[in-house]
Amino acid sequence: MPEQGQSGHDRYKALLMGFIDGELAPGERGEFEQHLAGCRECSAELEEFRKLKEVTDMVRFGEPEDKVWEVYWRGIYNRVERGIGWILASVGAILLLAFGAFKLIEGLLVDPAVSVMLKIGVSALLLGVVFLLVSLVRERIFGLKHDRYSREVKR
Amino acid sequence: MEADHAVVQRILSGEKDAYEVIVKKYQARAYRAALGWVGNTQDALDLSQDAFIKAYRALRRFDTGRSFFAWFYVILRNTCFNFLRKRKRELTISLDFAPAESVATEDEARRAEVKRQVWRAIASLPDDAREVMVLKYFEEMSYKEIAEAVGCPIGTVMSRLYYGRKKLRKALEGFYA
Repeated sequence: MPEQGQSGHDRYKALLMGFIDGELAPGERGEFEQHLAGCRECSAELEEFRKLKEVTDMVRFGEPEDKVWEVYWRGIYNRVERGIGWILASVGAILLLAFGAFKLIEGLLVDPAVSVMLKIGVSALLLGVVFLLVSLVRERIFGLKHDRYSREVKR
Repeated sequence: MEADHAVVQRILSGEKDAYEVIVKKYQARAYRAALGWVGNTQDALDLSQDAFIKAYRALRRFDTGRSFFAWFYVILRNTCFNFLRKRKRELTISLDFAPAESVATEDEARRAEVKRQVWRAIASLPDDAREVMVLKYFEEMSYKEIAEAVGCPIGTVMSRLYYGRKKLRKALEGFYA
């Protein structure tokens, strides 16, 4: 049913849509038909919308060819399946690179002569670089995969 | 045909392959809805696939009492919105959105022109009106289904359709006497 607060005539304009599409409840349909009998504006609009419907009913939008649908599901399945693989590979790469970075600066971290601030700063910097590197590599690989898939669909 | 909620249960109990049943059932509808948002075939295919993947990952949150497509549609719509926002562009209508059609006869040429005009008119609508027009015209959904998918009362669906069809009527004035 039309929104509460709609003014009387606006409500009938909305009901007009339901009337054309056969979506009105019997009570609403009766009410609208009663209104229609006495409202020239709505009768004229109804006629216009019916003509419009005749025109738009001729139009059917094309769908992709069957071969596109064949690769469609495979694309989804592969990405679903590989999702957990990507997470594990990323976590592994981050841990290994972080460990490597730690080994690189181990001497600096255990040296009591170096200030704590410097140690934290260098550690954060290296860890940040590791995250960025892994993220960048993932993005590049994903980009390549994505392009390949697009070509496959367009075939 | 197996009910959606039964298929979802199978997926959740570890049968990943069963998701194919859901995808095959709704892929064409998902594609058409995405096409209505973004306007070209390739983006519509990519975005509808992305939405299926997101839906798969969120499947535990699906309320089996609801229609799957209505739930999925919200994910699809958000995916399309994000895409359009990231690209900072409006709906673009590419001429390759439908398979090439022969326009050998006058009637076919006219039909192709009507189709272009329908698209242009829909593309020029505000998001909320465009959405209900797409769901009505491309998906042939009932008002109840549209209201559930969009999350608004049926009366609002009718009002938005009225506004959308007025614009469409103006755009297609030359095509009927």
